[in-house]
Amino acid sequence: MVEVAVIGMGYSGFSPSTPHLSFREMVYEAAKRAYIDAGDIDPRRDIDAFVSCQEDFWEGVSISDEFAPEQIGGVLKPVYTVAGDGLQCIASAVAMIKSGAFDVVAVEAHGKPSEISTLSDIVRFSFDPIYVRPLDLASIHALQAIEARAFMDSFNISKEALGLYVVMSRRNGLRSSRASHASEIDLDTYMKSDMVSDPLSEHDIAPFSDAAIVAVLASDTVARGYSDDLVWVRGVGFASDIYTYVFRDLSIDRSARIAADKAYKMAGIDSPKSLRNLVVELDERYSYKALQTLISIGLAGPDIARDLESGVFNRSGAIPVNPGGGALSEGVPLEAHGLARLLSGYEQLKGRAGSAQIDDAENAIIHGWRGFATATSSIVVLSR
Amino acid sequence: MRFNLRVKNRVAVIGAGLTLFRRRLLETPQEMVWIAASRALEQAGLDFRDIDCVISGSAPDAFDGVHLKGEYYSEGAGVVGKPHIRVYVGGGTGVFVPVAAWWYVASGLCRRALVVAEEKMSSAAEPHPQAVFRHIWDPLVEKPLNPNLIWIFALEMHRYMHKCRVSKEDIALVSIKNKRNALDHPSAQAAADITVDDVLNSPMLVYPVNRLDISPVSDGAAALVMVSEEWARRYTDNPIWVAGIGFTLDTTSWTNRELSFPVYVRNAAEMAYRMAGIDNPVKSIDVVEPYDPFDYKELHHLEGLGLAPRCGAAKLTREGVTARDGDLPTCPSGGLLGVGNPIAAAGLMKVAEIFWQLRGEAGARQVKNDPVTGLAQAWGDLMQAGTVIILRR
Amino acid sequence: MGMFRLRGGTSLSDREFREIVKESSEPRARYSMTAGQAYSRFFEGLKNGVILGTVCDSCGMVFIPPKIYCPYCFRSVSRWVESSGEGKVFTAVASYISADVKPLDKPEIVAVIKLDVPGYRFDNYRFPGIMHRICNASDEDVKTQRIFDARVRARWLPKEKRTGSINDIECFEVV
Repeated sequence: MVEVAVIGMGYSGFSPSTPHLSFREMVYEAAKRAYIDAGDIDPRRDIDAFVSCQEDFWEGVSISDEFAPEQIGGVLKPVYTVAGDGLQCIASAVAMIKSGAFDVVAVEAHGKPSEISTLSDIVRFSFDPIYVRPLDLASIHALQAIEARAFMDSFNISKEALGLYVVMSRRNGLRSSRASHASEIDLDTYMKSDMVSDPLSEHDIAPFSDAAIVAVLASDTVARGYSDDLVWVRGVGFASDIYTYVFRDLSIDRSARIAADKAYKMAGIDSPKSLRNLVVELDERYSYKALQTLISIGLAGPDIARDLESGVFNRSGAIPVNPGGGALSEGVPLEAHGLARLLSGYEQLKGRAGSAQIDDAENAIIHGWRGFATATSSIVVLSR
Repeated sequence: MRFNLRVKNRVAVIGAGLTLFRRRLLETPQEMVWIAASRALEQAGLDFRDIDCVISGSAPDAFDGVHLKGEYYSEGAGVVGKPHIRVYVGGGTGVFVPVAAWWYVASGLCRRALVVAEEKMSSAAEPHPQAVFRHIWDPLVEKPLNPNLIWIFALEMHRYMHKCRVSKEDIALVSIKNKRNALDHPSAQAAADITVDDVLNSPMLVYPVNRLDISPVSDGAAALVMVSEEWARRYTDNPIWVAGIGFTLDTTSWTNRELSFPVYVRNAAEMAYRMAGIDNPVKSIDVVEPYDPFDYKELHHLEGLGLAPRCGAAKLTREGVTARDGDLPTCPSGGLLGVGNPIAAAGLMKVAEIFWQLRGEAGARQVKNDPVTGLAQAWGDLMQAGTVIILRR
Repeated sequence: MGMFRLRGGTSLSDREFREIVKESSEPRARYSMTAGQAYSRFFEGLKNGVILGTVCDSCGMVFIPPKIYCPYCFRSVSRWVESSGEGKVFTAVASYISADVKPLDKPEIVAVIKLDVPGYRFDNYRFPGIMHRICNASDEDVKTQRIFDARVRARWLPKEKRTGSINDIECFEVV
């Protein structure tokens, strides 16, 4: 069986706006760094295929894959786009390599939300055109607020519990150079912050940021030629729950649960909690989503509030979650967010996470959700 | 380009289904997907519950008028707690969806995959669905010129005519052939029995392109069921195997290259031929569905695929080689010109046609040369993308 | 199939379609896009009446419109170059319709122009080229293919009217 390793990653951006570079120039910068990280490979010679994760309305271009190949070195080679989160592109690359037809595949995702003048309207345009869009919901966060409430009611989660998570994660962000929104806030400040869409207040909702991220994946035979110190992709899974919002179970995230089941099965993991020296990088673009995900992917039970209080998810806890901060500190670069989590997990396993480093990090569970209007999640399991 | 031949697992197509292709359908994108998927599953003898992955494709979101439209229509493909991924390469998407499904099944990550493609262009009602194509241009260097989509095709077609000394009459023969073939296709929207004069006298849009040189705007969906070898043996005695896949993407700068020959199609085809072990495509390919959104594109693509000599496809057409009963039956379905062009669904319709032809199930459209190997190809983006799949019985 | 027959779909006429539409919406999609390093300088050049490109010394390709990287060699480009503003018609068409398919009073002649860059020679496989209007040609020139390979030169808007846009070039003229 072909095994797959991540042999290089690079990024550009992670700031609220990037007016000096076009998105293609940002991707070029990220790709250059990823290829150097992979051992100074030449994509024109060494990479067999390229996958780009993007969506037309985020790009402001119809058929945005037109703009995919040049800046990653893919011209006149196999290149395609996936309308999904970056982790879905990773799953695609893994499938390509495991099929036996490709040895080295590069994955790219980027987001430049700073260039979308009508971002809220674009989000509304993703709601069901017959049943939801005509409601013209005042807040684009309304559907997520309903889900947050359903989740909190099901598991007896208080607003304070959300606050404990936010305080922890934003403080972790101070250890990352990519986290321009990180800050030291206390629970009291959190509790007094303005409500956006009850129960979500401004501190519960991640801001946006611009970023481009590139990852290079390779088969075991090729990867071993590049390095002895490799990060392996042990498992991948992704799934979507039913699109019609009112038909979903809102208390847990079924898409994350199914994605995790598939990834764990592929990785041969019975109990994810028992993974040694585990680091978890998850999608926290809403604070409640992080907690809901921890339950959905088997890293916490119904008593999650107690785990939070006792520090299980802290940097020094048994299951460190986003030890260098997550979306709340970095912002969300649209479809690139999943790769942002992968990047942090990759750096942890490489021992290159700087002051965010968790000692001896050996395994990482990476989670990405596709955001607004979607019930699509992905899980990647990495091991050293 | 490197391409391994270490592929161990075989992947089969065991069912195909289409909706009607029409200018306007009552059905929503979700319902269209459901109809095409149900028909493909019915042919394969499976139920939605048997499917473990859904691979889908659709071109611009702006047609259906929904951002993240893959998430939206996925429900019609039975995506309720299942892996679903939407891929796209513009017009090349329809043929690319089964290419992506191939590696999901060949890798063992999926075993029984539903492959769907959908486009609902009528939703982009005002002022005209073509207005969506305003946004495909480079937003800074091209869009300010206020281009019409047909410009780019006309520029390429005229370069091809100039370079290859091909006349409008020769090109019109493709439209005539495909629209006539489509008379036998139950989903067809633009089937007709027309003459060269009808094409040349149809409204002139952008010289050298007349109305009847172009495929119509359509609503429609298409679906395949693709499974691992183990499951194929359980469900059917006559699986159709994926023998080769290929795809490449050129730069965005379409004004910086020779337009008379599609290098990106040539590269994609070479990749697929290598995987399928084909040295001499003219000898090995028995039936072909090249992408024909415009009539000249069929000629252009036959040359890109190496199935006609460079600048030689018009002659093959004139001599009847590409007719349904000719030596190289080309677009026996009726193609996009005859069946219709719901972009991604149209490409997948071509793969479905090859599937039915190899199974001997194409009815009145059945080609006469008892085909063993067939090829479907699509093109996309700004004269950039080539996608190819080769099926074998 | 119970209530619903499994059929291929339900075709609607234009009139039926209009009657059946219940929800109508328009995407409110506005973007303010960064031109980036390459295009910023390119547009600055247009304001000053020059067409700028970049060159890759590794493969000799000149990029107009410019890029900061060479997509063929995947390396940063070597330097900026200027086109003389002249070139040859590579292909041309006569458009009788507007962008949203409305008939035009007078056909618009559009071409891909292969641009001259002093000191560089290009074959027809890859070359610096842009799409633009040709202002002193007729649809007959297009239909007879007389216009192919014709020498053309950029006609610029008066300096005070230029905004740093591709439309600072009013059109190309056959010389």
